[in-house]
Amino acid sequence: MTDTKPADAALLEQGEDRGGPVRAFVSSQVAGPLAALVLAVLVFSLTTSTFLNAGNLSLIATQSVVVGTLALGQTLIILTAGIDLANGAIMVMAAVVIGKLATDGNALWALVAGLVVCLVLGGLNGVLISRFSLPPFIVTLGVLSVLTAAARLYTDSQSYPISSDLLTILNDGPSIGGVDITYGVMLWIGLTAVLGYALTQTAWGVRVYAVGDNRAAAALTGIKVKRVLLSVYLTAAVVYAFAAWQALGRTPTADPSGYGTANLDSITAVVIGGTSLFGGRGGVVGTFIGALIVTVLANGLTQAGIDSLYQQVATGVLVVIAVAVDHFVRTRQTR
Amino acid sequence: MNTTRRLAAAGIAMTLLTGAAACGSKDEAASGGSGGDVTIGIVELNLSNPFFGTLEKATEAAATAKGWKVMKAEAKVPGDSATQVTAIENMIARNVKAIVLDPANPTALVDVVKKARDKGILVVTVNATLTPIDAADATFATDNTNAGKLIGQWAKGTVTSNPRIAMLDFDLSDGPAGGRHNGFLEGYGIAEGAPEIAGSALTKGTVETGQSAMENLLSAHSDINLVYTINEPVAHGAYTAMKNKGVESKVTTVSVDGACSGVQDVKDGIIGATAMQFPSKMGEMAVAAAAEYIANGTKPKSGLTDSGTVLITDKPVAGLESQTSEWGLQNCWGEK
Amino acid sequence: MTTVLQARGLTKHYGHVVAMDNTDFDLRAGEILAVIGDNGAGKSTLIKALTGAVIPDSGTISLKGEEVHFRDALDARKAGIETVYQELGVAPALDITQNLYLGREQRRKGFLGTVFRKLDKPAMRRGSARQMADLGIRVQSIRQKVETLSGGQRQAVAVARVAAWATSVVIMDEPTAALGVRETNQVLGLIERVRENGLPVVLISHNMPNVFQVADRIHIHRLGRRIALVDPNSTTMEEAVAVMTGAKSPESLGGRA
Repeated sequence: MTDTKPADAALLEQGEDRGGPVRAFVSSQVAGPLAALVLAVLVFSLTTSTFLNAGNLSLIATQSVVVGTLALGQTLIILTAGIDLANGAIMVMAAVVIGKLATDGNALWALVAGLVVCLVLGGLNGVLISRFSLPPFIVTLGVLSVLTAAARLYTDSQSYPISSDLLTILNDGPSIGGVDITYGVMLWIGLTAVLGYALTQTAWGVRVYAVGDNRAAAALTGIKVKRVLLSVYLTAAVVYAFAAWQALGRTPTADPSGYGTANLDSITAVVIGGTSLFGGRGGVVGTFIGALIVTVLANGLTQAGIDSLYQQVATGVLVVIAVAVDHFVRTRQTR
Repeated sequence: MNTTRRLAAAGIAMTLLTGAAACGSKDEAASGGSGGDVTIGIVELNLSNPFFGTLEKATEAAATAKGWKVMKAEAKVPGDSATQVTAIENMIARNVKAIVLDPANPTALVDVVKKARDKGILVVTVNATLTPIDAADATFATDNTNAGKLIGQWAKGTVTSNPRIAMLDFDLSDGPAGGRHNGFLEGYGIAEGAPEIAGSALTKGTVETGQSAMENLLSAHSDINLVYTINEPVAHGAYTAMKNKGVESKVTTVSVDGACSGVQDVKDGIIGATAMQFPSKMGEMAVAAAAEYIANGTKPKSGLTDSGTVLITDKPVAGLESQTSEWGLQNCWGEK
Repeated sequence: MTTVLQARGLTKHYGHVVAMDNTDFDLRAGEILAVIGDNGAGKSTLIKALTGAVIPDSGTISLKGEEVHFRDALDARKAGIETVYQELGVAPALDITQNLYLGREQRRKGFLGTVFRKLDKPAMRRGSARQMADLGIRVQSIRQKVETLSGGQRQAVAVARVAAWATSVVIMDEPTAALGVRETNQVLGLIERVRENGLPVVLISHNMPNVFQVADRIHIHRLGRRIALVDPNSTTMEEAVAVMTGAKSPESLGGRA
């Protein structure tokens, strides 16, 4: 836009926010999930004697990293109004490839091979969805089915124990003031920060939201929609490779039958975190909180001695609430 | 709305895909032979655990050794009885002589099994029973209650003072899972809900769900010293959780399965004792029963025939028969 | 008055169907030119040819006196021709600034922009505020999400977007079709503001009162070609419609523009 006229202070005023940062935060999508997380923590702190202590809280963070990292990639895809049912299977495939190659080879190369596996599979999803305009639900469902079988065939349904220090390093970490913080948790926070920056502070991020929000309008403004979609699936694939590394650190076994519901768990975290399944709304910080909420429920309810099935009930109720809130937000504003 | 239509299309396509998976039964011709016109059905629950692969391969090998044709179908997720119902209906239509079934659910298959038996098809179940048990002609399975009892008795003789027990279960509506759970309590001599039980958690029978469940229980009850696990992968995950907390030397873990990786864990001191099952034997016993029926119409003995359970431990308890991990490694199933 | 966008002898066949039949087109600097025509008259093929979406079989297009050959819509956009479409071309979950700069985001100067690709949000907010003010569009905040705006305000954002980036021509394809009376008037006012700010506007519309309210000249399209170019001050709405539908011959109109 050309800056030919001097800025008129009175006119510029309409560019300023009214109500300040507090109001901006309350109306943001992070406020709801954060309130739910705080509430859950409060309830378990008051009802059990073992929940609120440094050890347990750091355990909760550690337990969240694998699905939490997967959910970051899932968030990118859901923001474009897509969905990835194959992310858990891609991660498991990468993990078993890493595990098998590291058994009789170099761990670093195995890790690189895992990244390549993720990029190839994520790229396959991306090309089918962007170039050929196939629906993400079906494409990733198909890839999920193929990969679930492929991982078992590749490993003959065997698990590979992981002994390499490099592969399990994400389970280590310093103790800060008596609280153990693993490198895996740091990596998860770091990835959230980097993706959050990319989504909110770069042109790429704005375009990801635009493509998910109104694809036709995005295309009319000259945005290369297919290229944006492909970039999203490839970025998510890199995130899944980190998730595979996280998984090997957390459970030092490359297990082809593990993480069978990680895809749905990651979608749960995304939805509870306030990202709309219809695309264009939400973000990775909400997802980070969403993943923590799911873990807090499992951890707290187990400690309170409540039947595990109620964890699923509680998580399900939260998902329905999140979807209802999203529906309310969208219909109220689309007059 | 465009979105609605897209969602509908997705739903239809999903139905088609699951349908296609359900119809994933395949015919496999035997390598010729004299009994070429005999076909039997094998309906499996082929989960990723190598147990199921071992059972299926053994059954198929025994059948093809007799020169029979084999028609196979597999449910791929726990509890997927719908796939198995469809498969049995197809097998009835194809006039198989006998069906070897690993039921995904104890009651959901009763009707279709009755239909098959009414047509003169012998139906035997392996690994798990139907409810009522005589809904099938016979069952060849691990007596899971007995398996649980063995490790319960061993635990009673090993952890003698102040037991604090963690129960790492699988969905208890699953026949074998319920049997092991109850058997363990019986063998240990306590009732459901007894104060000795510090806590229980549901796993999905995998390493990482076992680890998370154990972490949560340990976080609440750091005094846990005895862990019952539904299978060896869960035991392995639980061990990782204990090791992370540095309590692995104070805790005794018991499990069920007898996979080679699990026996190795017994040898390595990760698992205290496990009850070994014999999946190959189940399949072979089932095929032998079918052969008897096809040859001269004799039906096998109704009810559960135990395919055997052996307690594997390197720390035997007096008065309780067991074998060492060395023996276990000779007789285990799955990849060594 | 200089001619900004001109076409001569444009022809386009789709098989046996003649979508453009040797048609001419003229847009002068500083005018609002309405293009009217019955359904199937070939208006949209003409507009697509002018915006690069359709490549004509023959004929020439000149922009500011120079012949141009658009291969796609991006070429036309680069030449300064921007289009507002009938369907609302905005992303509702994004705010006004993001919509105005969509696809043309500004990055920070220096290290932050080149290495970290950081957007220059304050500059874009200033730019949007100025653009909205120039067109007299009142909103609460430039950071408002577009979905919180009324239908008329949303279309105003779409117009502001296009007016901000167009350097030679603004084309509006049925911009008021989805709007109520009051909102239609807002958008018509906006179209006049765009003209006052120095950009010629091509307005495609079915709404004759709207056309006669704002147009400086009216291009009447029929059977794939321009059959008349009239001055709304010397032609009545009934006459224009009669020529458009073939009920009256174009020669019967006296006041050619």
